[in-house]
Amino acid sequence: MSKVLELVCPAGTPASLHAAVENGADAVYLGFRDETNARNFPGLNFSRNELEQGLDFAHAQDCQVFLAVNTFPETGNPGPWRKAVDDAAALGVDCVILADIGLLDYAATHHPALRRHLSVQASASNPDSINFYVDAFDVKRVVLPRVLSVPEIKTLNAHINVETEVFVFGGLCVMAEGRCQLSSYATGQSPNINGVCSPASHVRYEDEGDRMVSKLGDFTINAFAPNEAAGYPTLCKGRFVADGKASYLFEEPTSLNAASMLPELSAAGVTALKIEGRQRGRAYVAQVVAAFRRAADAVAAGETPPALGLEAITEGQAKTSGAYDKTWR
Amino acid sequence: MNAKLTLGPVLFNWKPDRWRDFYYRIADEADVDTVYVGEAVCSKRAPFYAPHMVDVIERLQGAGKEVIVSTLALIMNGREMNELRDTAGDADLMVEANDVSACALLAGRPHAIGPYVNIYNEGTLKYFTERGATRVCLPVELNRTALAALAADTTAELEVQVFGRLPLAISARCYHARAHMLHKDNCQFVCEQDPDGLEVDTLDHEPFLAVNGVQTMSYSYQNLSAELAELQNLGIHHFRLSPHTVDMVAVAEVYRHILDRALTSDEADEKLTALMGDVAFSNGYFHGAKGVDFV
Repeated sequence: MSKVLELVCPAGTPASLHAAVENGADAVYLGFRDETNARNFPGLNFSRNELEQGLDFAHAQDCQVFLAVNTFPETGNPGPWRKAVDDAAALGVDCVILADIGLLDYAATHHPALRRHLSVQASASNPDSINFYVDAFDVKRVVLPRVLSVPEIKTLNAHINVETEVFVFGGLCVMAEGRCQLSSYATGQSPNINGVCSPASHVRYEDEGDRMVSKLGDFTINAFAPNEAAGYPTLCKGRFVADGKASYLFEEPTSLNAASMLPELSAAGVTALKIEGRQRGRAYVAQVVAAFRRAADAVAAGETPPALGLEAITEGQAKTSGAYDKTWR
Repeated sequence: MNAKLTLGPVLFNWKPDRWRDFYYRIADEADVDTVYVGEAVCSKRAPFYAPHMVDVIERLQGAGKEVIVSTLALIMNGREMNELRDTAGDADLMVEANDVSACALLAGRPHAIGPYVNIYNEGTLKYFTERGATRVCLPVELNRTALAALAADTTAELEVQVFGRLPLAISARCYHARAHMLHKDNCQFVCEQDPDGLEVDTLDHEPFLAVNGVQTMSYSYQNLSAELAELQNLGIHHFRLSPHTVDMVAVAEVYRHILDRALTSDEADEKLTALMGDVAFSNGYFHGAKGVDFV
C-alpha cells in the first residue's frame, strides 16, 4: 500500500464545506468574504463567525481547514490582509495559503506557529524559487503552478524538501497563475489585486438574432448559434482571430481532469491533490469530492483509479490533462 | 533626481543579425541611459543571439550606457535553472530578476527586479530592497496611487514602462506554435514571423491582444508620454521604452524631448503616431481604469 494522497477540497460556502467534509475531504480551503482571496465573488466565502462554525464541524470529523489569503495586498492598505492572517491564527485554522512576499514575511514574523502554504498564485515553478520560500518563510507546502508536466514535477520534488500540492480537477488557468493581467486589461479588475478574473459585473450577453455574443468589458469573447449554450466569457477560454483564423487560441472551454494520472502523480512525490471550484454549489462539490475520495483510496491500495463518472458536470463537456501532459504546450 | 530613459529587453524573436544591429544602433545613436539585454520570454530563442551578446554589451558600455542583463520570467526546467544560476553567478554583471528564483540568487548584492515579479506593496518592496534590489521596474497594472505609495516608501530606484506593448501574461504553452497548429517542443520558431507579436482580434475583428510565443501582450502600445511629469512628481525617475520594430532611436528622442520640456504631450503623440502609423495607445492602468483605455 502506498501513501494516501491528501484531498484538498473547495468550500465557497458553509454548505459546500459540509458537503466536502461529509464526502471524504482531508482538508477544505476557503476564504474570507473580501478582496483578500482569489475567489472574491458575490455570495461566496466566509464571515469570521461562519469560519468558526466551519472549523468546529470540520475538526469534529478530522478534516483540516485551510484559509486562502492569496491576493497581493494593496499599497497603503495592508490591514485587511494582516487581519485575515491574525484572525486565522486566533480562530485556529490549520494553515494559511499565501502568495505575497510581504504578507508571508508578516505571517512568519507575527505568527510563526501558524502553518504556511505557498499559494499557486506565487507561481513558484522551480527549485530555487521554492527553496527561497521554504528558507525565508518556512512554508511547509507549495501548491504548484499549472504549468509543469508530471516528469517535471517528479524532478522538482527531487530537488526540494517541502510538500507539494497539485490541481487535479476543475477550472484550468492556462497562464502562469498570479502573473496574468488579461482580465484587468479588459475590465480594470485584477485577479492579483481584486481577487476576480473575468468578473460577472463586466460580462454581457447580446442577442443579435442570428447569434448570441458573450462580452467581457467591451470585447467579444465568443459567439454562439441561437440553439447553442452560451458559455461564460472567461477571457482565456474565448475564441479569437489570429492569422485570419478563428479559434480557441489560448484554450478550449475545458476543465482539468487528471484523475487517470493519480498513480503517476503519487509516484512523482506529490503529497496532496487540490480540487478547484469554490464558486461551485454543494451538489457539485459532493459529487467531485466523493469521486476523488474513491480514486485516491484506490491508488493508495495499489489499484487503478476507477472511472469517476464526472463527465456530465465538467465545463463544456470536455476535459484535459492540461500541462501534466507535455503535448498540451 | 534627473529622469532616466531606459530601453527594456527585446521581447520578440528577432533574427540574430537584426538583434545585434538594433543594439549597435542604440549604442551609437539613442539617447537612453540604460539598456537591458537578454531573454525574458522564451529560453529557446537565446542561443541564436547569444554569440553576439558580449559584443553588444561592450558596444553599449563603450557608448556610456548602463547595461543590465535581463533574465527569464518563467523557469520550468533544469536547463533554464542552470542558465539562470550561471548568469546570476557572474559578479561582473548587473542582473535584472524576472522570477523569484533570480531574486533569491541575486540576494546580497546590488541587482534589479523586473516587471514580472509581483511587487504590489510596500512590504514586498522593502523585503527585496533589504536584500540588495536597487532598481525595480514595477508591474504594469499598478495605478498612480500605488506608484506614489511605493515611491514614498523606498530607497530603490523605481522604473515604469512608458512605451510599448504591455506584457500581460506568461504561460507554459506557446500560443504562437498553437496558432500554427504546432507544439512548443517542435515550434519551428514561427514567432520570428511576427517581430512585434502576432495580432489577436476578437470575432468582431476588433484588435485586442498580441501573442509573442509563450507571452501574451496588449495590442495597444502603452504611451505614458503625457504622464511623465506626474510620474516624476510621484518619485518615479526611470522610464522604460520597450523595443519594437518602429524606429526606437526616434521614439527615445520623443520621450527625451518631453523630459526636457521641448515637446508637449500632444506634440509627442503626434510624432509617435507619425512614426508608427495606425496603432492604438493605452495608459489606462496608470489612471486606475482598464489597461486598454487611453484616458
